[in-house]
Amino acid sequence: MSITENIAPDPGTTDRGGPAQPLLAVDGLRKHFPVPGGILGRSRRVVRAVDNLTFSVAKGETLGVVGESGCGKSTAARLLVRLIQPDAGTMILDGDPVDEPHGITVNELRRQVQMVFQDSYASLNPRLTMAETVAFAPRAHGLPAAEARERARDLMQKVGLDPDRYLERYPHELSGGQRQRVNIARALALRPRLVILDEAVSALDKSVEAQVLNLLGDIKQELDLTYVFISHDLNVVQYLSDRVLVMYLGKIVEIGPVDAIYGNPQHPYTWALLSARLSMDPRKRTTEAPIQGDPPNPIDPPSGCRFRTRCPYAEEVCAAVEPPLSAQGDGLQSVACHMRRSGSGHSKAA
Amino acid sequence: MLLYALRRLIYLVPVAFGVSLLVFSLVHLAPGDAISAIVPPDAPQEVIDKLKEYYGFDKPLPVQYFRWLMVTLSGDFGTSIGTGRPVAEEVGSAFVNTLILAVAAILLSSILAIILGTAAAYAKTRIVDRLVTSIALVGVSVPHFWLAIVLVIIFAVELGVLPPMGIGPENATGWRLDGPHLAHMVLPTIALSVIPLGVMTRTIRSTVKEVLSMEFVTAMQAKGLRHSQILFHVMKNAAPTCLAVMGLQAGNLIGGSILIETVFAWPGTGFLLNSAIFRRDLPILQGTTLVLAGFFMLLNLAVDIIQTTLDPRIKRL
Amino acid sequence: MSISTATLDPTAALQAMAAGATRGYWRSVARRLGRDPVTLTCAGVLLLIILAAIFAPWVMPLDPYKTSMLRRLQPLGSRPYWLGTDELGRDMLTRLIYGGRLSLSMGVAPVVMAFLIGGFFGIAAGFIGGKTNMLIMRVMDVFYAFPSVLLAISLSGAMGAGIENTLISLTIVFIPPICRVSESVTTQVRGFDFVDAARASGASALTIVRVHVLGNVLGPILVYATSLISVSIILSAGLSFLGLGVKPPEPEWGLMLNTLRQAIYVNPVLAALPGVMIFITSICFNLMSDGIRAAMDIKA
Repeated sequence: MSITENIAPDPGTTDRGGPAQPLLAVDGLRKHFPVPGGILGRSRRVVRAVDNLTFSVAKGETLGVVGESGCGKSTAARLLVRLIQPDAGTMILDGDPVDEPHGITVNELRRQVQMVFQDSYASLNPRLTMAETVAFAPRAHGLPAAEARERARDLMQKVGLDPDRYLERYPHELSGGQRQRVNIARALALRPRLVILDEAVSALDKSVEAQVLNLLGDIKQELDLTYVFISHDLNVVQYLSDRVLVMYLGKIVEIGPVDAIYGNPQHPYTWALLSARLSMDPRKRTTEAPIQGDPPNPIDPPSGCRFRTRCPYAEEVCAAVEPPLSAQGDGLQSVACHMRRSGSGHSKAA
Repeated sequence: MLLYALRRLIYLVPVAFGVSLLVFSLVHLAPGDAISAIVPPDAPQEVIDKLKEYYGFDKPLPVQYFRWLMVTLSGDFGTSIGTGRPVAEEVGSAFVNTLILAVAAILLSSILAIILGTAAAYAKTRIVDRLVTSIALVGVSVPHFWLAIVLVIIFAVELGVLPPMGIGPENATGWRLDGPHLAHMVLPTIALSVIPLGVMTRTIRSTVKEVLSMEFVTAMQAKGLRHSQILFHVMKNAAPTCLAVMGLQAGNLIGGSILIETVFAWPGTGFLLNSAIFRRDLPILQGTTLVLAGFFMLLNLAVDIIQTTLDPRIKRL
Repeated sequence: MSISTATLDPTAALQAMAAGATRGYWRSVARRLGRDPVTLTCAGVLLLIILAAIFAPWVMPLDPYKTSMLRRLQPLGSRPYWLGTDELGRDMLTRLIYGGRLSLSMGVAPVVMAFLIGGFFGIAAGFIGGKTNMLIMRVMDVFYAFPSVLLAISLSGAMGAGIENTLISLTIVFIPPICRVSESVTTQVRGFDFVDAARASGASALTIVRVHVLGNVLGPILVYATSLISVSIILSAGLSFLGLGVKPPEPEWGLMLNTLRQAIYVNPVLAALPGVMIFITSICFNLMSDGIRAAMDIKA
């Protein structure tokens, strides 16, 4: 039995709808957090972390998610693996609704969707060996200890760590890059089909980051995985993704193929994000900041379009009506902006 | 800030209810009938029944609790079974005596702790640090009621320079500011202050040390500030934590003075509590516990608010 | 008298955990302790007292209960009563050694029970969070509203004297602080990513607590609990001193301090002896606790 066979997705959870059916379809996900304060320790204010998140992930693709700190990316990630319960919205995994009467349970979701965390001193249990960490999930699902250990051994090999040297090590004995490989191995332990990577390479040095990115690419091919790659690093997202989703203050502002987003950004925020990247070309000078103002408070987001307070093109309609995601051109790229929506009332609309 | 204080106060209400419930149930933890403490064993049944009715012991428990709560909140803490005087009166005068001792002890221990703790934090030699740490350790480890006895042995029995017990000469029940009364206060104050001294010295030493290691102190030295100016800033930073500990210790002194007061027969709340327990004088037991616990809660609240006000890092919600 | 004498900042122990609190770590802690003369001496002294207390009948052939009106309050050094006799003619040395049994066990037992009960509730509150956490911590707040001495005395005073009642009231006194520390530490650990990863793997809550939480949480809680032992010894001696704890004629250091008070004019050194034992044990436990904390501090 080859190594690849041992860790490919479980036969019981493989493809049901064929390549055309999205692996994951998310509709209207919402999560608000109550803010402590006020007389009785409760107040009616909420942090609107994620609002009306609707997108889909095709099988075998890498969906990149970008946005600044506080835009709700991490909350979205945790909603997808159900570490947090959504206030509203549905998730459909390869045709099966999640946590609904005729669909799959959250536990079954967990067999198919896993998450790779950002490397930090808190991402691995310091009291467990690498073998125990990776084998934990399979064992918790009933796999006998010996087989779980075998699987851990295979996975360590897969992520490029020599099992004989690293299985019995503790987290503090490994470097950042090695720990992150273990994080990946742990996520693969249940043979998932979809892997959410939440800032998985952000804490690594650049050279190590490159190695891990290559590893992620190789694994994805071999194991036929689908990725949702969350990062604030625009370059990494561009390198890795097939499609990109841009978030701002809990909402999607633009989504589309990576080349379209990076080459022809339609939303003012996307455009500002991309212009903020430093160029290697000395002839390109930044004479003024591409964006004004401070990021607004997610507790009291602006009415209508949430970006309007920093948008140089904001008009009355932007404060009155929230722009929905509308498809552009060939339908692959969607933008939430009144300027791109004909008949919206914006002076720049077609 | 006022909002924060108000919030914390309202927060106290359910806790206060719980406390009152606990104090009320103390009576019913007691073995035997509360009545049997008052009446002679051969009393006729009608007398017992009449007394039960008078004290309300014949009603169901929740009713008793609410009646007691209403009465207590109106200021009537009941009557002492032993002396027949109102509980509020007895507890009140005893509380004043305890307060006198507690204030003296806190002053003594605070001043010493500040001096010792700061000296230890600044110390360049290990000897000074070791010495202060040892003093603090002794303060924390010594059984203070034993130290009280030892002090009595040394100063009252062997040397005969200080009185061994009482709040004043000739069975006094109150305290005045004069020579003999001050003499009576010396030993209890010393005994009472060892534990706060130990705790506060430790806290002050570690807090000041921590502040000294912060970079802004180095920055001030580089700017050329005088030692006294730097010290002022260091103390300002150490103040919130240290004041909080001082407040807590003060609260513990007031609530926990019973052992010292017993050794010195000092007529404070602790002494009152002690005699109430042995006389099975449950109204006094309840009243004293209630007053002490209530005072402790308010003191903690005050400490909390002061700390929040002084330390800008703490979020005031 | 306060429990805050024994505050251990749990984050210090947690940092040690984060820096690598593994089996190798505990071994290095043990090694560091082995080189610490103060801790070793205290451990030795305590061991001596404990062993003497356990094997008392073989160590001291004299009877701790045998009174003698003739030989009351003999001074130190009178044969065969090396430390003299107490106010009822019983041998002091014997009673001090036998007293160790009650004094030490009444010091340690409440802390052990409070560790089990308070630890359980604190970890549960910290891990489950939400309303459960609020409920548990509010109940603890009610007990926290009392200074520890007052609570102990009120409870003992209400329940009456006796060993069982004292054990119960002292356990109740120590449960809230241990619960608080447990809740605080557990909440911190719960926020770490590896616990999230365990939850994302679909393991049951009990499994997650057993594998991931307990190992990281019990260390700091245990260290905090042991620092309470010296407080417990003094508190239980204090209760017996007031007549609320052990009943005569049992030998117990606090009770002996009380009954010997009448002797301070006759034989002051004798009267102070039981307190010396309390002092020694308390200081040894404190020094050991400090030593363990220092050995666990990786930065030092």
